[in-house]
Amino acid sequence: MNFLTQTWHWSISGFLIGMVMLCLIYFGKNFGMSTNLRTLCSLTGIGKRVSFFNWDWKSQRWNLVVVAGAMVGGYVAVHFLSNATNVSINPFTILKLQKLGIDAPNGKLIPDAIFGSDIFYSPKKIFLLVFGGFLIGFGSRYAGGCTSGHAISGLSNFQFPSLKAVIGFFIGGLIMVNFIFPLIF
Amino acid sequence: MNLIKYLLVGFVFGVVLTKAEAVSWYRIYEMFQFDSFHMYGIIMTAIITGVIGIQIIKRFNIKDIKGFLIEILGKERGTFRYWIGGLIFGLGWALVGSCPGPIYILIGAGFMSVGFVLFGALFGTFIYGYFKDKLPH
Repeated sequence: MNFLTQTWHWSISGFLIGMVMLCLIYFGKNFGMSTNLRTLCSLTGIGKRVSFFNWDWKSQRWNLVVVAGAMVGGYVAVHFLSNATNVSINPFTILKLQKLGIDAPNGKLIPDAIFGSDIFYSPKKIFLLVFGGFLIGFGSRYAGGCTSGHAISGLSNFQFPSLKAVIGFFIGGLIMVNFIFPLIF
Repeated sequence: MNLIKYLLVGFVFGVVLTKAEAVSWYRIYEMFQFDSFHMYGIIMTAIITGVIGIQIIKRFNIKDIKGFLIEILGKERGTFRYWIGGLIFGLGWALVGSCPGPIYILIGAGFMSVGFVLFGALFGTFIYGYFKDKLPH
């Protein structure tokens, strides 16, 4: 069982993610996770007022089922397939995190400093999570896709627009961790 | 019954992203610090697998599950939307350490504070939809 509970090697993980995309293509669909955000907005009936949400979202029901499966998968992986050696990141990275006041992983997937239960008492930390989500939702729709739609699906199909978006993702990410993190943490 | 295959694919996706630790804030930070090959390896292997699969589909005119010829639509032309939208997405990706897939996966795994991220992402999507026609694409 050790091979299941340890951190999966990048080559196996990457191969399986590629296969997930190919499976969806074989089912006559496409691999894109941020589209579900648009579908979820449309579910509220807001399409009557904002035309962007007045589309054939019912044809995207299958994608919400993928999301449901992914949520169950996350639950199973965290509760039944994890061990304490997980998330062994580079020791240098841990030192950098220490300077920012962010706790080391020690087997955790996400830091308590940003996601722990204490944040419920910190308006600033709640704001950071909502704001980060806002940038993800706004940016992925503006760019027409996220990591699954552009980085994996688009680049696999040699789409030049996806390359622009992915370079944009990395410029944004580098600005955030190098210039904005020291200001907010 | 038709939908079970999507549930299964989603399940595999959720397990793989969690076990690859691609849902981990730490791995995203480490990636943007260029301190590890792990995330780059995952993304590159996924793309190489995808390139090979899509080339096979195109060369051999593979049909989908319903017997229709598979056609993969290209992305719309555009410049501004990809650079600026991409950059905004990247800022958010690095801040909360998750892209849309991992947001759902982490909530499913029981990390309730990620619900704030989902709320923000839905709000961001709504604001984009509201101002879409006024934005340069």
